[in-house]
Amino acid sequence: MYAQMVKTAGSGVKDRDEMSEQEQDFQDRIDRGEKIEPKDWMPDNYRITLIRQIGQHAHSEVVGQLPEGNWITRAPTLERKAILLAKVQDEAGHGLYLYGAAETLGVSRDEITEDLLAGRMKYSSIFNYPTLNWADMGAVGWLVDGAAIINQVALQRTSYGPYARAMVRICKEESFHARQGYHIMMKMASGTPEQKAMAQDALNRLWYPVLMMFGPSDKESVHTAQSMAWKIKMDTNDELRQKFVDQTVQQIEYLGLELPDPNIKWNDETKQYDYSDPDWTEFFDVIKGNGPCNVDRMAARNKAWDDGKWVRDGLMAHAEKKAAAKVAAQ
Amino acid sequence: MKHEWPLWEIFIRGQHGMSHRHVGSLHAPDAEMAIKNARDVYTRRNEGVSIWVVEAVNVSASSPEDKGAFYEPSNSKVYRHPTFFDIPDEVGSM
Repeated sequence: MYAQMVKTAGSGVKDRDEMSEQEQDFQDRIDRGEKIEPKDWMPDNYRITLIRQIGQHAHSEVVGQLPEGNWITRAPTLERKAILLAKVQDEAGHGLYLYGAAETLGVSRDEITEDLLAGRMKYSSIFNYPTLNWADMGAVGWLVDGAAIINQVALQRTSYGPYARAMVRICKEESFHARQGYHIMMKMASGTPEQKAMAQDALNRLWYPVLMMFGPSDKESVHTAQSMAWKIKMDTNDELRQKFVDQTVQQIEYLGLELPDPNIKWNDETKQYDYSDPDWTEFFDVIKGNGPCNVDRMAARNKAWDDGKWVRDGLMAHAEKKAAAKVAAQ
Repeated sequence: MKHEWPLWEIFIRGQHGMSHRHVGSLHAPDAEMAIKNARDVYTRRNEGVSIWVVEAVNVSASSPEDKGAFYEPSNSKVYRHPTFFDIPDEVGSM
């Protein structure tokens, strides 16, 4: 997902008799469905894990602007350009809501930004794939944002108040993203044979990278139990992935495109679709930094941060000068 | 120079006569920029017609530890709620 393989701090779920009284009270509050707020007591490992998870989620929103920003100047019409611009601006806003939520846990915005820039924190593997043509703008909005919605809708119920509130806001805006993407796909799939072929190609290329967004299979996912007990992870990776496949097949069929995986078949027993797993070696390789665009993405973020330094410093210096003049005048 | 922009808490009043409501926070060098950034971040879909910004360090908050004792006095005064009083139906609406 936008947060993948977040390392849960601590040594796993504690039995109740291993917990301190404070930890028991904390777990009881979560079990009752209460929200934890910034100034409430919380275990250090809950705080640390949340900073990692929300931080990674925020970084994904920000880095996620790059593959789509790539096509703003080359959108096919002025209207599509305005829509894409609005979508990419939303992603910046989503990053900001999430950084705001992370900051309530006692980390500064500059600190986690620098953790990303130095490679100490990650962002979603999906943004390390290139966007090769306009059809990718359709497929990204439809599939990547569609996958994100499935995860984020669940996270609206997460135990940490500021995170849950950021999710509510993000979910409202996210369905515009998925719909504008699907709209591009509808247009292309009903266009010339060449346009339809581009739509098919975008679907085929992005299908498995999108399935990887949900993170490794539950069998290999070591961080799930504690994060689920804390309600900062609401469903397992495989549950969310299945949900995504089940809702997307029908959407592919409506477009009149071929399914990107010949093994996708309705299973009458399980009442869901069977499908092929993505190549997990590729996933771990991309996470390690060897995807097609990892180097470019980090270079672009670092350049933006370095090039913007004089603006950040200049505006601060101006604000301080103005404040000093005001004090002097009083 | 290492100098992070201060954090501002943002309050927005919507169009329908409700009070300003806290919507989130952002960083800005001064109040004027905070208002402009809040416009871009928190009112992209006509969410508001008025923005307040308050530097986060200037917000004082009640402490979660005394939650029990602090709000207890209102728990024990149920007669402050109109439903405490049974009024016969014959009286009409009240």
